[in-house]
Amino acid sequence: MKAIKITVNGRTHEAGIDSRRTLLDFIRDTLNLTGTKKGCDHGQCGACTVIVNGRRINSCLSLALSHDGDEVTTVEGLAEGDELHPLQRAFIDHDAFQCGFCTPGQLCSAAALLGEFREGLPSAVSGSHTPFVEEIRERMSGNLCRCGAYNHIVDAIAAVAGEKR
Amino acid sequence: MNRPSSSIVGTPMDRVDGLAKVTGQACYAADYRGDRGAAEGYIVEAPAAPGRIVRLDVEAAEQAEGVIAVITHRNAPRQRPHGMPEDAGRFTQSHALLERDRVRYFGEPIALVVAETLEQARHAAKLVEVEIDCGEGTFNPFENAASAVKPDSLDGADQVDTDKGDFDTEYAGSDHRVDADYHTSAQHAAAMEPHTTVAEWDGDDLTVHMAIQIVSSAVEAFSNTLGIDKERIRIVSPFTGGGFGSKLGIHNEAVLAALAAKAVDRPVRVVQTRRNLFSNAPHRSRHRQKLQLGADKKGRLKAIRHASLAAMARDYPFAEAPASPTRASYAVPALRTTHRVVKADIPKVDSMRAPGEAIGTLTFETAIDELAEACGIDPVEFRLRNEPDADPQTGKPFADRRLAECLRQGAADFGWQGRQAPGSRRQGRKLLGCGMATAIRPNQLNPAEAEAHLTPDGRLRVRLDMTDIGTGSYTILTQIAADALSIAPDRVTVELGDSEFPETAGSGGSFGAASSGSAVYEACREMVEQLLSRLNEQGHTVNSVSIDGDRVMTGEASVPLATLIDAGGLTVTGEIDPDNYDSGEKNYSYGAQFAEVEVDADTGEIRLRRLLGVFDAGRILNQKTARSQLMGGMIFGIGGALLEQSLMDDRYGSFMNRDFAEYHIAVNRDVPDLQVRMLAGYSEKSNPLGSKGLGELGICGAGPAIANAVYEATGIRVRKFPIHMEDLLPSLPRS
Repeated sequence: MKAIKITVNGRTHEAGIDSRRTLLDFIRDTLNLTGTKKGCDHGQCGACTVIVNGRRINSCLSLALSHDGDEVTTVEGLAEGDELHPLQRAFIDHDAFQCGFCTPGQLCSAAALLGEFREGLPSAVSGSHTPFVEEIRERMSGNLCRCGAYNHIVDAIAAVAGEKR
Repeated sequence: MNRPSSSIVGTPMDRVDGLAKVTGQACYAADYRGDRGAAEGYIVEAPAAPGRIVRLDVEAAEQAEGVIAVITHRNAPRQRPHGMPEDAGRFTQSHALLERDRVRYFGEPIALVVAETLEQARHAAKLVEVEIDCGEGTFNPFENAASAVKPDSLDGADQVDTDKGDFDTEYAGSDHRVDADYHTSAQHAAAMEPHTTVAEWDGDDLTVHMAIQIVSSAVEAFSNTLGIDKERIRIVSPFTGGGFGSKLGIHNEAVLAALAAKAVDRPVRVVQTRRNLFSNAPHRSRHRQKLQLGADKKGRLKAIRHASLAAMARDYPFAEAPASPTRASYAVPALRTTHRVVKADIPKVDSMRAPGEAIGTLTFETAIDELAEACGIDPVEFRLRNEPDADPQTGKPFADRRLAECLRQGAADFGWQGRQAPGSRRQGRKLLGCGMATAIRPNQLNPAEAEAHLTPDGRLRVRLDMTDIGTGSYTILTQIAADALSIAPDRVTVELGDSEFPETAGSGGSFGAASSGSAVYEACREMVEQLLSRLNEQGHTVNSVSIDGDRVMTGEASVPLATLIDAGGLTVTGEIDPDNYDSGEKNYSYGAQFAEVEVDADTGEIRLRRLLGVFDAGRILNQKTARSQLMGGMIFGIGGALLEQSLMDDRYGSFMNRDFAEYHIAVNRDVPDLQVRMLAGYSEKSNPLGSKGLGELGICGAGPAIANAVYEATGIRVRKFPIHMEDLLPSLPRS
C-alpha cells in the first residue's frame, strides 16, 4: 500500500492504495464516485475520461499513484451546486445521449475541449478552412457512443462553444 | 376506435432521466454499492476448445493475496444441466457453467477467481494453470456446409423455409437475372456498458443487480440454472448501458456471480472485461447469403430465391432470419427462402440489433440494386414498380404500408437524381456516388402489465418490469401516463427494471415501447374509470377527468382527491393482450434511406458524406427520443456496411479482434450530417397508442444504401460486408 493525496472535485482525499490501482478504479472503488464509467479499461472507448489539471485523460490508462497532488474533475464535479454546467444542460436539450453510459466521459471530454479551443490548441484536422463541427467531431472521436448520439453530441457542444466564442 | 388524446405524447419532451445521466447519478449495475461490500470476481477463460480439462491447478491462485476462493467445476454449487429444460427456449433454459471438465468453446469460463479487490482477482487469475485435451472442432460454417441442418425454428419468423410459386420456371423465364453469393461478417453488439452482475444471497433468496433487457426471462433463467423457485429471485436493473440484443438473456458473468456469491457467502460482482465480452457475451454469426433474382423486360420481379447459411452455437438454439425482409418487400410470383445452420463449437450466437433485417436488407437490397441496374431502371422507380398490394409470401393484407411514401419523400428530400454512370462523378481525388435502399422491420406487440398508483396529493407512480436501455422508456411511459390521466408529467414517476413490478416483455425486437406503453395506457385508463365511478357515487355526473395538484377537475367541479382516495392511495393495474390486436394482417415499420459517399481515387478510403432516412413508424411517441433511436440505428448501419467485423481464427475457433482498437464501431468523425424524417401517422391496427416499432428500423436499409453508393462511386460491386478499402483498391477506376 502506498499513500496518495488527490483532490477530486475540490475535495482532497488521502488514501493508502494498491500500486496497481488505476485512477479510474481509485475514483470508482476507493472513493465510490461511480459517475465515471469503465467501458473497456484499455483507453479505447473514452467512457472513463476525466479532467486532470485541466487536461482530459483516460483514467483507466493511468495509475492512481502517478497522480499524487493532482486535481481531478469527474462528471460529479462539473455542476456548481444545483447549477448544471452549460454542457450538461445542452446534452439534455439536444438529447446527446441514449443509454447514458458514455455520457460522463463525453461531458468531461467536451468540457476540456472547450478549454482547448480557448487556448487555441490544434487538432489533427485544424486548418484555416476546417468547419467548426469537423473540429468537434475529430476532437470527440476518442469517446465512443454505441447508441449513436454523435450528431446530437456535436450539436450540444457547438451550441455551448458557439456561445462562448 | 377512439384515438388517445395527445397533448404530451408526441412532443419532444426531454428525457426524464436526463438529469441523472448527465450528473453521473444514474445507477448502472457496476455502480451498485450494497450494505455488505461485494467481492470481485475475475473470469479465467479456456485457452482452447472444444475439449476436456486434463489439468487445472488453482493452488497458487488460491494462495495469492486477497483471494477468497477460486470457483471451478470441482467446487461450484450444484446447477441444473445446461440447456434444461429443453423446451424452455434459449433465454430461460439453464445457463449452467463450470459443470464438469468439458469446454465447449474458446473463452468459456473454466474458473472464477474471487478476491477482495479487482487487482488481486486479476493477478490471481493469471496464476491459474490449465491444460486442455482438444478434440476436433467445427468453427467455419462455410467450410462445413455439408453438415448444415435446418434449424427447428428461426428468430422472428414463423417458418424456416418458404416456397411460393414455381421458382425454377419463373427464374429461367426471366429477362434479367442476378445470381450471387453475399457474405456478412460476424459482429458483436459492443454496448458501451460491459455485461455486469452483482449477486447477493440472503439465505436461499437471491438478489441480482444486473445489466439486462428482459427482466422476467432472466428470473426464469436463474431459476432454471440454479434450481430455485422464481419467487426467491429478485432482479434489479434500473439502468442498462445499451443492449442491442446482447442483454436480452443472461450471460456468463451473471451465472458465475450467483454461483460465487453462494460459495463464498457474500455479494460478488463480476464485470466482464471488454475482452471477455467477445467470448462470454453473444455475437451475430457470419452469414453466406445466396441470392437469385429474376425480372422481366419491364423490370417486374418474377423470381426471388434467398438461401442463408450461418453458424449456430452448439447447444444454444438460435438462428437468424436474413430472408425475413425478402419475404415481405416486393411483389413477385415465385419466392423461395431457406435458412440453414452449421452447429459449431463457438461462443453463443444470438440476436443483435435488427436480427434478420440488419444483414438481410444489407444483402437483399444490394441485389435489388444490381437487378435494377441490369434492367436499366432507376432503383427508386424499380422499387415503386414492384411495390406489393398484399404480403408477397402469404397473400395476407398489410395492416398499413407507407413504403412508397417513404421512397418518394426520401428521393425528393435527398435530391435523388437517378442512377448516374458508375465512377463518373469526380471531385478532385474523390469519386462520388449515391445509393438508396428500403427499410422494413416487423412490428410486434407483446403481452405486458403495469401498475398505477395515485396518492391523495395527486402524484402518480407507475411500475412495471420494463427496462430503459437508452431507448427512452422512462420518458415515453411518463408521457403516456400523463396524457391518459390528464396529469402534469412532473407529477408522474415511472419505476422500471425490478422483477417485483408487473411483468412485461422488456426491451427487444422494437416491441418495447408499444407493449409497455400500451400496458401503462390501459392501467391509467382503469385509474380514470375508478375515479369516474367514485365521482359518480358522490353525485357528480362526469365522463372525463383531469388532475391538477391534489384535485380532480371535471367539467363542472373541482373535487379534492382526498375525498375519492384514502390515505394509502389508489392502486390499479392494466394489461395489453396482443390477441386483441391480431387482425391477421402483416404489420411492419418502413423506411427509405439515401446515402452519398466519397471514395478516395488513390487509396480506396470510403467516407460517408450524408445519409437521409424517411420512416413510417406510426405515431411517434416522442419526437426527440424517436429521432435519436432512428439516428443511432442509421449509425449502426454505417458499421455494418463499412466497419464491423469480428474475425475468427478458424484454426482455433477464437475471435481475434477482441477490443475497440480492432473491432471498429463508428466514431464521431465517421458520422456526417444525418437527416431523419418521420412520417406523421397513426397505426390503427398496431396497438392502443397507434405507434410502431422504430428501435431497429434505422439500421435496416442504411447499410445497403451506403454499399450501393460505393458502387455508384467506383463501379465496383463488393458482395462482402463490411466493405473495406482493400476490396476496392485492385479495381479502382484509372484517372
